[in-house]
Amino acid sequence: MTGMSLLQRKLLKSIILSPAFWRRISRDASDVNAAGAALRPEIKKYWPKCRERAIKSSTFPEILRPKARLRIAIPKRKPAELAAGCFLLLCTVLSIGSLALAQQSWQQVPIPPLAKFTPQEPNRIQLPNGMVIFLQEDHELPLISGTALIKGGSSSEPAAKTGMMSIYTASWRTSGTEKKTGDQLDDELEAIGAKVETGAGVDTTSASFNCLKENFDQVFADFLDVLEHPVFREDKIALAKQQIATAISRRNDEIDSIAGREAAKLGYGKDSPYGREAEYWTVAAVTRQDLLDWHKRHLSPNNVIFGIVGDFDSKQMESRLRAAFGSEAKGTPYNLPQIPVPGPKSGVYLAEKTDVNQSEIAMLGVGIRRDNPDYFAVRVMNEIFGGGFSSRLFKNLRSKQALAYSVGGGIGAGYNHPGLIDISMGTKSASTAKAVAALYEQIDDLLNNPPTEEELKQARDSILNGFIFAYDSPDKVLSEQLTYELYGYPKDFLERFRGAVEKVTSADVHRVARKYIDKRKLAVLVVGNPKEFDKSLAEFGQVTKLDISIPTAPPGAKSASAAGQD
Amino acid sequence: MSRAVRLYLSLLTAVLSTLVAAQDVASFEKKTQVKTLANGLTIVVSERHEAPVFSFYAHVDAGSAQDPKGETGMAHMFEHMAFKGTPTIGTANYAAEKPAMQKEEEAYLALQHERLKRVGNDPKKLEQLEKEFLQAQEEADKYVKKNEFSEIIEAQGGQDLNAATGEDETSYFYSMPANRLELWAYLESERFLHPVLREFYQERDVVFEERRMRTDSSPIGRMIEQFLATAYSAHPYRNPNVGWPSDLASLTRTDAQRFFDTYYVASNMTIAVVGDVKPDEVFALTEKYFGRLPAKPRPEDLHTAEPEQVDERSITIPEPSQPIYLEGYHRPDFRDPDDAVYDAIADLLSEGRTSRLYRSLVRDKKIAAAAVGFTDFPGVKYPSLFGFYAVPIQGHKPAELQTACREEMERMKTQDVSDAELQMVKTRAKANLIRGLGENSGLAAQLALAQARYGDWRELFYNIDRLQKVTKEDIRRVANKTFTATNRTVAVVETVAPPAPASPNGPGGGR
Repeated sequence: MTGMSLLQRKLLKSIILSPAFWRRISRDASDVNAAGAALRPEIKKYWPKCRERAIKSSTFPEILRPKARLRIAIPKRKPAELAAGCFLLLCTVLSIGSLALAQQSWQQVPIPPLAKFTPQEPNRIQLPNGMVIFLQEDHELPLISGTALIKGGSSSEPAAKTGMMSIYTASWRTSGTEKKTGDQLDDELEAIGAKVETGAGVDTTSASFNCLKENFDQVFADFLDVLEHPVFREDKIALAKQQIATAISRRNDEIDSIAGREAAKLGYGKDSPYGREAEYWTVAAVTRQDLLDWHKRHLSPNNVIFGIVGDFDSKQMESRLRAAFGSEAKGTPYNLPQIPVPGPKSGVYLAEKTDVNQSEIAMLGVGIRRDNPDYFAVRVMNEIFGGGFSSRLFKNLRSKQALAYSVGGGIGAGYNHPGLIDISMGTKSASTAKAVAALYEQIDDLLNNPPTEEELKQARDSILNGFIFAYDSPDKVLSEQLTYELYGYPKDFLERFRGAVEKVTSADVHRVARKYIDKRKLAVLVVGNPKEFDKSLAEFGQVTKLDISIPTAPPGAKSASAAGQD
Repeated sequence: MSRAVRLYLSLLTAVLSTLVAAQDVASFEKKTQVKTLANGLTIVVSERHEAPVFSFYAHVDAGSAQDPKGETGMAHMFEHMAFKGTPTIGTANYAAEKPAMQKEEEAYLALQHERLKRVGNDPKKLEQLEKEFLQAQEEADKYVKKNEFSEIIEAQGGQDLNAATGEDETSYFYSMPANRLELWAYLESERFLHPVLREFYQERDVVFEERRMRTDSSPIGRMIEQFLATAYSAHPYRNPNVGWPSDLASLTRTDAQRFFDTYYVASNMTIAVVGDVKPDEVFALTEKYFGRLPAKPRPEDLHTAEPEQVDERSITIPEPSQPIYLEGYHRPDFRDPDDAVYDAIADLLSEGRTSRLYRSLVRDKKIAAAAVGFTDFPGVKYPSLFGFYAVPIQGHKPAELQTACREEMERMKTQDVSDAELQMVKTRAKANLIRGLGENSGLAAQLALAQARYGDWRELFYNIDRLQKVTKEDIRRVANKTFTATNRTVAVVETVAPPAPASPNGPGGGR
């Protein structure tokens, strides 16, 4: 009763909130450290997943970790509450315990001050060749893990070769190096329970490792070899291409993958690097030389940020890393592309799927960048509008109207480009039009009614009282710093965030809602089975039918003989 | 693998073993304590003072396998109801709400009674009853403070608030800043002392949406539901844990209250608390708050056992989606002496790129995009299934995957695994155990599950010890015993053309 099965059981369990929604409301998910995930990604992809919407906007989804060395403020309890609490405690002790307790209200339970906690900052060094290294000691367990983030990801791959970074990442580690094949590395690393993996995101590629500290020498050597001397063997490239083509052939099977993909295409544009899709011919167009060229162009020390966390001595490790990386010569600096996000064309878009009895609905628009001064008010607005059990969307559309299991959303914020406004829900086919109307009503409500003091307090308290969880482990603090380094954000961004959230007013929330959400500009995406809809969607505007059929050849080309089509 | 490499590896493995010893039961004994309250509730506390936070995991030993007859989905439905509050949380005026809820329930029962009549139900009467129910529901709803229970937790800094229902158990969990320990004890005990099942029928609709999302609108969801219904004939593992639609549509608040009264008794619950807490303090607070739960006998366990399968079963599911292959073999429950052998087999077949199914089906034959063997499906408490799941590469057929999976089974039955391969499994299990210890919420879940299932949290470590003792002979023996035709159920998703996209009312759809 260990291993895979635990995960699988978890996936099959019915839970009160769907994982996607859970992720949406839990603000600390990061994939900076997840590069060496234990599970092979293709299994995750094909095992029942519960509505994982992958908006492709950011490599590091919603990382919101407060700055270290920050004192946690404890909301002062009112003296009256305290007195009542003490009195009640006395009653409990003196008299019939449970009876007195039954009368007690939760406000009377004492909350002592939170112990002072100074999260440990990683040590940042920069080598003369420009490489930035973060070292974070963590002696709890005898483990060491590290990640090298290399600037440049799918946001800079050529459009005609969309999917190239997927092939790159899938064949990089599996091909191994000149010294060792990937299969050999697999054998040796698995024998000591260690991982060396490669990954690619929107703005970075990465190589990472994870091992018991006793194996550090061996694993770090393999890691360096993979990082610096990949060979990209033809057989592994072919395998990767075949896998990706299979994924393309299956992309209309599950409704959530259609909804996620079409939302990104509508929101960012079908040709935008944040929205476009790999096709059979773009995958087929990628050559081994492309991968080698990419590696050569991107892997230079001044384009790498390396983070290491675990059971080591920083001084010793630092000299180790200086020796390992210091001799590399500086290369051409690589700047992440600036990609405009013009936003969707308003209207109603319908993607038809006939084997479902539930529709996925999303209202889409342009969000903001995270360095926008309005970001803090936007975060509070999101919390109030669509961010959890307490939000208006959850209360009104789920708890009250029972129209949805999964509902939520708000204004998205990317690190180096505007995120998307994405307000979404799943509802039975027969209440699709009703749900669209209900979402519009909620948006009207947001635009017309500033939050009440209670709503504002609830949102601010959730963010501020839960702040400690943003840095409750050394690796969280580290991954936060890696992200800021990558996107050039101030080190103390979250300290600022925290201070700013405390000051956000109801008027601020109302102002940003009206500033960024324009009902007339939103695109409405519906994926579902129109035969069963309660009403035609035409009442919400002109309906554009999306062609989601999987093309076998580029538009304009005649041939249908693209890569391995069944 | 060269001999030099092998020697090197075995040396490394020796190092690993001493290292793992540092993370063994003895070191955990020092920071982990367990106590059973007078009412039978068990608390496990483990100290981790890395940061002023803690996580808990409350395990209720009742899952969908305990759903009463005709009430599939009940365990899960109750899980949703456990977020609805108490007489003091979630209501504006409980004194007025209580009779209103009573009226609502009576109206619903009358409606359902009429609806379920096979003969002679009167449409007019139904309409009237429906109207009365909706009125009563609206009346009761006036007093509800929506989601107040969860709101309090969120405003107090609670993180990852959620709950889950499996076949074997129901669990509740979140994390909190360490200074909210007493508030946590208060809230969680209140929730299980006197939950108020308000908004029951609205929430039932929400759960229906959950079913549509997970099962009805997902080809994989549909396949798994059909597969389990085929593999089991008597045992409740045959039922989907979200419930069959007709059962779900008939669950009542009265039924849910009965389910709660039977299964949510203190002696049927285990809670693990992990983080920046002191065991004495946790025990004192749980005594004070959870000690209020009445002492009641543990519910009787299930007596339905799955009869031995007599022949191969198989089901083909026509779908508009791409093909999938799934097969399963019955295996004994988690207390079986061979439990660790099944873990070893699953690991050998599936874990990482060295695994047999990856190397054979994905890397070498290039017929699968993914292929895994997995055990403990859909649960562990009762005899369950060992499964094979494979996704064909474009252009390949499920039959090819079947043949390739069976070849791997034959190989396992007839040839010993290599020493290096077996050692890999054992080493990996230890490394994974260590990786799981550095996080409050995961550790709380593991400790609570081990304590609840085996009556001892230390089994978390003993499980790994048992795995270390698995031999090559064990693997051959268990493979031969398990992977037989008459013990097998197969499910295949086969692609057919999708139903014609008919949109009678123009491009916007609608009826």
